[in-house]
Amino acid sequence: MASTILEMRDITKTFPGVKALSNVKLMVEEGEIHAVVGENGAGKSTLMKVLSGVYPSGTYDGQIIYRGDECHFKGIHDSERKGIVIIHQELALVPMLSIAENIFLGNEQAKYGVIDWNANETRTSALLKKVGLKEDPNTLITNIGVGKQQLVEIAKALSKEVKLLILDEPTASLSEKDSQALLDLLLEFKRQGITSILISHKLNEVNRVADKVTIIRDGRTIETLAKKDISEDRIITSMVGRSLDDRYPPREPKIGETVLEVKNWSVYHPIHAERQVIKGINLNARKGEVVGIAGLMGAGRTEFAMSLFGRSYGRRITGEVFLNGKPIDVSSVSKAVEHGIAYVTEDRKTYGLNLIDHIKHNITLANLPGVSRHGVIDDLRELSVANDYRGRTNIRASSVYQMTGNLSGGNQQKVVLSKWLFANPEVLILDEPTRGIDVGAKYEIYTIIARLASEGKAIIVISSEMPELLGITDRIYVMNEGRIVGEMAASDASQEKIMRAIVRGEGKAS
Amino acid sequence: MSTESAPGPQTGVAQDIQQAPRIAVSALVTNLREYGLVLALIAIMVFFQFTTSGTLFKPVNLSNLVQQNSFIIVMALGMLLVIVSGHIDLSVGSVAGFIGALAAMMMVIWPLGPLSNPLVVSIICLIVGGAIGAAQGYWIAYHRIPSFIVTLAGMLIFRGICQALLGGGSSVGPLPVGFKALSSGFIPDLIGPLTLIPPTVNAAGKTIVGSGLTLHLTTIVIGLAAVLAYAYFGLRARRTRERHGYEAEPFSLFVVKTLVISGLALFLVYQFATYRGLPIVLMVMGVLIALFVFVTKRMTIGRRIYAMGGNAKAAQLSGIKTERLTLMVFINMGVLSALGGLIIAARLGQAVPAAGLGSELDVIAAVFIGGASAMGGVGQVIGAVVGGFIMGVMNNGMSIMGVNVDWQQVVKGLVLLGAVVFDVYNKNKA
Repeated sequence: MASTILEMRDITKTFPGVKALSNVKLMVEEGEIHAVVGENGAGKSTLMKVLSGVYPSGTYDGQIIYRGDECHFKGIHDSERKGIVIIHQELALVPMLSIAENIFLGNEQAKYGVIDWNANETRTSALLKKVGLKEDPNTLITNIGVGKQQLVEIAKALSKEVKLLILDEPTASLSEKDSQALLDLLLEFKRQGITSILISHKLNEVNRVADKVTIIRDGRTIETLAKKDISEDRIITSMVGRSLDDRYPPREPKIGETVLEVKNWSVYHPIHAERQVIKGINLNARKGEVVGIAGLMGAGRTEFAMSLFGRSYGRRITGEVFLNGKPIDVSSVSKAVEHGIAYVTEDRKTYGLNLIDHIKHNITLANLPGVSRHGVIDDLRELSVANDYRGRTNIRASSVYQMTGNLSGGNQQKVVLSKWLFANPEVLILDEPTRGIDVGAKYEIYTIIARLASEGKAIIVISSEMPELLGITDRIYVMNEGRIVGEMAASDASQEKIMRAIVRGEGKAS
Repeated sequence: MSTESAPGPQTGVAQDIQQAPRIAVSALVTNLREYGLVLALIAIMVFFQFTTSGTLFKPVNLSNLVQQNSFIIVMALGMLLVIVSGHIDLSVGSVAGFIGALAAMMMVIWPLGPLSNPLVVSIICLIVGGAIGAAQGYWIAYHRIPSFIVTLAGMLIFRGICQALLGGGSSVGPLPVGFKALSSGFIPDLIGPLTLIPPTVNAAGKTIVGSGLTLHLTTIVIGLAAVLAYAYFGLRARRTRERHGYEAEPFSLFVVKTLVISGLALFLVYQFATYRGLPIVLMVMGVLIALFVFVTKRMTIGRRIYAMGGNAKAAQLSGIKTERLTLMVFINMGVLSALGGLIIAARLGQAVPAAGLGSELDVIAAVFIGGASAMGGVGQVIGAVVGGFIMGVMNNGMSIMGVNVDWQQVVKGLVLLGAVVFDVYNKNKA
């Protein structure tokens, strides 16, 4: 049996008013890939912050034993010196610096403070080779995609002679292809003897690479499964504390008249003015219908939705929008909202929420007139609205006065959803509504979508998770390189059919 | 910082009962933090009351204090919105100086006929101030030029115009008495004075010092009415919350808070009443403070400014017209800078080239001492006002003590740093 590289014993961490972790145990053996799974807010990230010293020794109870010694990390530097490197969900790269500069940031190959650029570059090239990234070390971070940025982060970790690599939701913003490459890389590291802890929501990934899985729920360790016992059902059951017979709520669609119709929609890139991002899209959504838009990363789905929503993206936008058969003006966000269109962004932290304000103020922001008279806000009405929507979307928080920045991803998403539900739209565009959200919260979001559809709203769901689209939509558009390359009823659709449409479309779209 | 009393954590009824004492403690802690600033102001006042052997609270000095610092507080109201929306305005001192010069030229030098009437001039000046704010805000809002740069340019430009208008280093005055009343006048005693103790006249026909006590009755009435209104609205808000089943801060805390603030207010009003009544500028300031508290706390436009400062992109995607809102924030700042300039000129009785020089720093310091965040999205009107008074009391107290002006700056700088460090430390702990 391999030796234990890391043991976390009875870790308890409390925040004011909340016990985030209570007696959590985690045993990781040398050379394995150990997955940590759990719902959002279960305490996975907190546990990793304890391990890496983000929460310094003394602010939590319990012991960390790493390679036989008890460790008291005072900060990330302490843990990194011992070879524990954590790669956070939000990448920590400086966009306007090059790959090489980022990799050796704070660890520059220098003599007396003078940087040896040749050494930096040579070492960077070697590291990039290891992670399989074919880019010039002098390329600026801002010029490469998220998938490649992730690889740069990993290369940076390797430069620190990592023994224990912790990846927090590494594939959350990656396309299918990049995710696969990343997982292969993890397996390769395993062969080289690097131990990894993988925090993930994507159970198929866990299934594929993990040697062991530790499940955390409500700040407690539920169980650790060995390879032979790992199955999606078992994990889900432990994660949510009940078995999920069905991952998608049942729904009987009642589809009515066409509500939204978009004709010949074209958009050009905001900076590279000659690049056409959206190329003449025609699309419609009907009352009570859930319409999906499938496609790969970069297919232009978000760009389409945002350009439609008050020209929030792109330039030289042309095309027509009809609501209930009448042409409408959606040239500003407020006009789009007035006409009953709502867009729930894929990036809730940057575009969706005011993280330094509480739930109540966030929920009413898009429809302040709904809680005010002559520009004066009715405090009590606002409070009851906030509480109402908190109940409806099941936001888990101590009260509506909790800062949204302190909520878990799933609950943040529910706040954004509540905000737009309160604006009472006819057409609701949801962009990656379940990204970075755990299974339990996903089901809740699906239920809300189903209920909205049954109330007669037209819903457009943009998602990169094909099973999700197949599970909750009635009709699916397939997008690729700024065009609609396929349309199918969800009942006829399959992952293969969608992929085939994308691949066929790729030939056409040159 | 939110002023709604944040209820303690609660997840279920059973836990509620267990946690009841904890809720009370946590409510106390949150509220203490909120009123910490007021307590600091009181502590500073008491400190100077002792070190100046009682001069600070003398009615004459109180009037002086208000007249010397009111322009800082007036401009701090605008600056709070600027800072909350994520910007800064370095030009306010220069704009105030320029407006003072403009007003003086219009009233004293230029032959404008009936247009040189102080009221007409004041209104024109406020409009010019708004136009200056619009001109600066336009570049900031619609062309995304950093406010720091635009207003730094404005600071140079308007100081230059101010000096040019006044013809180099000379000052222009004296200003009409009616105009000077804005700063040095007192409200008329409409009800009539109330003589508590008739003055004793000695054999030489002189009044014995300290013998007579006459109260400015209108002042007393206004003071009482304000305190009663404050208590009434506070109580009514509590009632409404309770009736709808929402928790409010603990009653004992509410009573203590109301009593302390009312007591302090009544004490100050009484002091004013024994002198010449409430200064006009204090009334102007009071009305503006009430207006801005209302706008930031209760009105949608206020809420939108906070949302924009907290996350501009999210605000924009929620249908808020962030460009127009930014422009309005700067127009407001321009109008208030102009008012500040008028107050300065009225107090000095003339326009001088250096009027308002460096005051932008006092104004910004007041807002940050009051707990606003340099990142935007956080800050309270009352905080900025109290911050302004802290600066004012320190200026005044140290001057009476005879502290050298150079060292006054050092102390003010340290207080600013200390206040912000304390705030940041508190936030990190929470």
